[in-house]
Amino acid sequence: MTKNLRVKSSEYIDETNRISFKFNGKTYHGFKGDTLASALLANDVHLVGRSFKYHRPRGIMTSGSEEPNAIIQINPCTNRTEPNVRATEVEIYEGLEASSQNCWPSVEFDIGGINNFLSPFFPAGFYYKTFMWPASFWEKYEFFIRHSAGLGKSPTSSDPDIYDHRNVHCDVLVVGAGISGILAAKNAAKNNFRTLLVDEKNELGGSTIYENNEFNKIDNKTPSEWLKKEIEELKGIKNLEIKTRTSVAAYHQYNYLLARENLTDHLEAKYKTNKIRQRLLKIRAKKVILATGALERPLIFNNNDRPGIMLSSAIKKYSEFYGVACGNKNVFFTNNDSAYESALSLYNKGINVEAIIDIREQSESKIVKKIKETGIKIYWSHSIVDTAGYKRLNSVSIMKLSNDGTSVTGSKISISCDCLGVAGGWSPAVHLYTQSGSKLKFDEEKKVFLPNQNTSEQISVGSCGGDFKIDEIIKNLNHKLKDNLNIKETNLDNIKVETDQENSKRNIWLLPSDKPLGKTKPFVDYQNDATAKDIKLALREGFRSIEHVKRYTTTGMGTDQGKLGNMHALGIIADTAGVKMGELGTTTFRPPYTPLTFGTIVGRNVGKFFDIFRRTPMNDWHVENKAEFENVGQWKRAWYYPINGETMHQAVQRESKAARESAGILDASTLGKIDIQGSDASEFLNRVYTNAWSKLAIGKCRYGLMLNEDGMVYDDGVTTRLGENHYIMTTTTGGAANVLGKLEDYLQTEWPELDVYLTSVTDHYATASLCGPNSKKILKKIISDLDLSDENFPHMSFKEANIGSIQCRIMRISFTGEHSYEINVQASYGKDLWKKCMEAGQEFNITPYGTETMHLLRAEKGFIIVGQDTDGTMTPIDLQMDWIVSKKKYDFIGKRSLYRSDTMREDRKQLVGLLTDDPNIVLEEGAQIVSELNQSPVEMLGHVTSSYFSPNLNKSIALAVVRGGKDMMGKKLFVPMENKNINVTVANPVFYDQTNERLNAQL
Amino acid sequence: MFLINCPYCGERDQQEFKAGGEAHIERPKQPTELSDDEWAEYLFMRKNIKGVQFERWNHAHGCRKWFNMVRDTSNDEIKAIYKMGEKPPAQ
Repeated sequence: MTKNLRVKSSEYIDETNRISFKFNGKTYHGFKGDTLASALLANDVHLVGRSFKYHRPRGIMTSGSEEPNAIIQINPCTNRTEPNVRATEVEIYEGLEASSQNCWPSVEFDIGGINNFLSPFFPAGFYYKTFMWPASFWEKYEFFIRHSAGLGKSPTSSDPDIYDHRNVHCDVLVVGAGISGILAAKNAAKNNFRTLLVDEKNELGGSTIYENNEFNKIDNKTPSEWLKKEIEELKGIKNLEIKTRTSVAAYHQYNYLLARENLTDHLEAKYKTNKIRQRLLKIRAKKVILATGALERPLIFNNNDRPGIMLSSAIKKYSEFYGVACGNKNVFFTNNDSAYESALSLYNKGINVEAIIDIREQSESKIVKKIKETGIKIYWSHSIVDTAGYKRLNSVSIMKLSNDGTSVTGSKISISCDCLGVAGGWSPAVHLYTQSGSKLKFDEEKKVFLPNQNTSEQISVGSCGGDFKIDEIIKNLNHKLKDNLNIKETNLDNIKVETDQENSKRNIWLLPSDKPLGKTKPFVDYQNDATAKDIKLALREGFRSIEHVKRYTTTGMGTDQGKLGNMHALGIIADTAGVKMGELGTTTFRPPYTPLTFGTIVGRNVGKFFDIFRRTPMNDWHVENKAEFENVGQWKRAWYYPINGETMHQAVQRESKAARESAGILDASTLGKIDIQGSDASEFLNRVYTNAWSKLAIGKCRYGLMLNEDGMVYDDGVTTRLGENHYIMTTTTGGAANVLGKLEDYLQTEWPELDVYLTSVTDHYATASLCGPNSKKILKKIISDLDLSDENFPHMSFKEANIGSIQCRIMRISFTGEHSYEINVQASYGKDLWKKCMEAGQEFNITPYGTETMHLLRAEKGFIIVGQDTDGTMTPIDLQMDWIVSKKKYDFIGKRSLYRSDTMREDRKQLVGLLTDDPNIVLEEGAQIVSELNQSPVEMLGHVTSSYFSPNLNKSIALAVVRGGKDMMGKKLFVPMENKNINVTVANPVFYDQTNERLNAQL
Repeated sequence: MFLINCPYCGERDQQEFKAGGEAHIERPKQPTELSDDEWAEYLFMRKNIKGVQFERWNHAHGCRKWFNMVRDTSNDEIKAIYKMGEKPPAQ
């Protein structure tokens, strides 16, 4: 059934290695070395997909990464499936499966094809114009639009492959291994530059490697033969690393480039396992040599998108490199000599070429003469006005082109064909160049954008730098290499180049048809179905900026990023608007040059490595004892310890009661700890905290509040004076890193004269907080030789002691209001300390409690949590903590801001306690508070910041910030909820033990 | 991604650094003697120039030192780097 269009064995195709693969469920055969595209073409399969908007049948158009049509789904319905892969880049392997996208039920019969006939109703901006009214219907429209949009299917199970990132440093990075890239890399490496050469293909040599045009000679050899010898010589050059199947995705500032190295995509499934699939190379290069080549342009004419219509250069590559004829009856359509090279290539292989249609009036180059000799019919000054064939091209209609190129005349000639090669000239691949921030200029003569102003150490060589003829390429490459690398001689100095290439070209951006434009379909962006008509409509509707036209028409917004049609879009806009292309500018080429997989982007940062987390030394104990955990910053903190299937509420109620009635223990290791030393340490603390520190005695602790310069509370914690010039500061768990950063900032930039040294010791100490009326007895059992009397070791003081041979620092401080001790030991002893406490506390029913109980206990005491009861807009005065703000100190961070007119307003939101009239109702944190229910709009007075059911008070309690709350003690307010209004009363935020008797309580 | 020449460590990748806003805004020595407007000027007002800008940077994942940078915000060219306390280079 299937036809075989293999024409001649190619050295790049291993015909002894036959490979079977499936496309749209049907089995085909190809050979090792084939891409999916070349293998399909060898089987005479052109129709591979449907277009995005009109669902028109589309075929393989190119042979490289610029492919707009042949985008397919690889290995559908497996966990390795990948959408939007270009068939031209997939190397086939045994067992490969691929399928078309954007068609249903099949690519041969696609229901969506009806859009093609409805196309008059789908102009540019169709969605914007149609789905505007009524606005409330958008959600319904969106549902259907999303269903019909989108290409391909994302995988539904997790990716089995491994991805990797690697940092790479080199002196010279050469991007592209065509003739220019190879010669550049060779000369750089030979001159002792550490050189990296990358190319997206699996073979080196670019298009020159199959260049057998008899009119081009380098040292009397064909360019292909000569380059093979050069490539052979690359082996063994020191300082040169070569990476193939490696595509540079992005070129950022400071010569930072990202490249994706494909390692297993070309392998059979059984060889993919446990290997790195793709590696993202993060390259820092001192110099970059771009040798990215040029992309052939199509021509824009009516119905220029049928399967069988391809780039002329692609047809040549398929025949020369893959040994595949793309059709049996080939026709070329051109505006320059390139198509003649392709035609000659086919002719030499015995493939039938019916005709060449050239929009130029004539050309006298040797290659054209040669074609004339072969008898292939050439139609000068003709243009294609229409094509026919729904799923495969079957004929083209041509007419004579007027002298000015704007219309066609005479009678129509129909030429039967099954493959059409179009050659619209070449565009330098300047995508990476512009990504680097460098600027282009338009060359009016060559009609191309060329590199102009470099922003970093880089050069563009070969055709991406605007040299298209082999003699120009070699000459300018030599010159640029010497200049840029500062070298005196190269191996290019003495080579002899002969060429007969002509630059003659007739550029017409939009070719005329015998039909009016409105009745034609000249596609500019194949993937997004944007036609010349759409672009002209956008201009008629007032769009002028190229960026706006792009977005309105979606030209250049497909996965191919307009690699083929962008120049024509610009040309049509310039012609229509009557401006010069140079003045119009280009759209921005954004990274990535070719799409990256998500796997490559995230590398190893998946699963457990997605975000780092920190565990305390006691973590294993918490896990063994079935704690539930919560994330606090990067820490995993024990949240509560449910017993016998308790709910969180039940566990927290039990833990809270136990801590007040007997003894509780909390893992407080996550609190930030900063060691502060130096002769100005006391002065430093005076400046960073709101209260005074100079008079704090050695061995005493003090609570401090830290503000931002704007007067808002930033952090809090207890700081202990360990010695004359030595303090240990604690910070909130989440704020530790920022507090250290802020303190260092002030020390280095504002007060460099202070003799102060800061060291983060958060990870060096483990902390167990022992609390409750039995805490003293438990501590006594662990440390028998320490006098724990209130006289010797009162609240807010510090002792050093030993537990066996383990040194520990004990602070008698309390965040629960109970008699309590914070025991700090070297981190590695943390778990031992915890177990000792549990053992000693057993007879007192010591109860481990987590962060939730800690929050509840402190709320009973009205202690704030920075970040929960404050939000960056609360001053100490707003928190009713005036007592901690020193009136005597001349200055501290944030002091001046406390006297700004705004911070002194009486009606600021202030921290208050709230009690619900029904003691069993627990308010929701974040709930709004109002004083009037019948107002419209209702004035929001504030919101609930902390709310719990207190087992010790047997009622619901809450903290809240309320506008002018300070003066509202006893006032009735409302918390309106969805189904009911909750009556609340403003109360003292200290709900429990207002006289602080519990601090010394013991049983 | 910039390549930043830390004056203490040498060239390092931008991801090791933290930007710290406009440079050469000195904290007033006697804040209490300033009017609300003068204090607000120090506290809130920052330039956001398209062009040459003086900035503070911190080698947060390195030596943790703060330093100054002159950067052209229009093309991200780093024109100069100098230590805290040193005079900015002449324009």
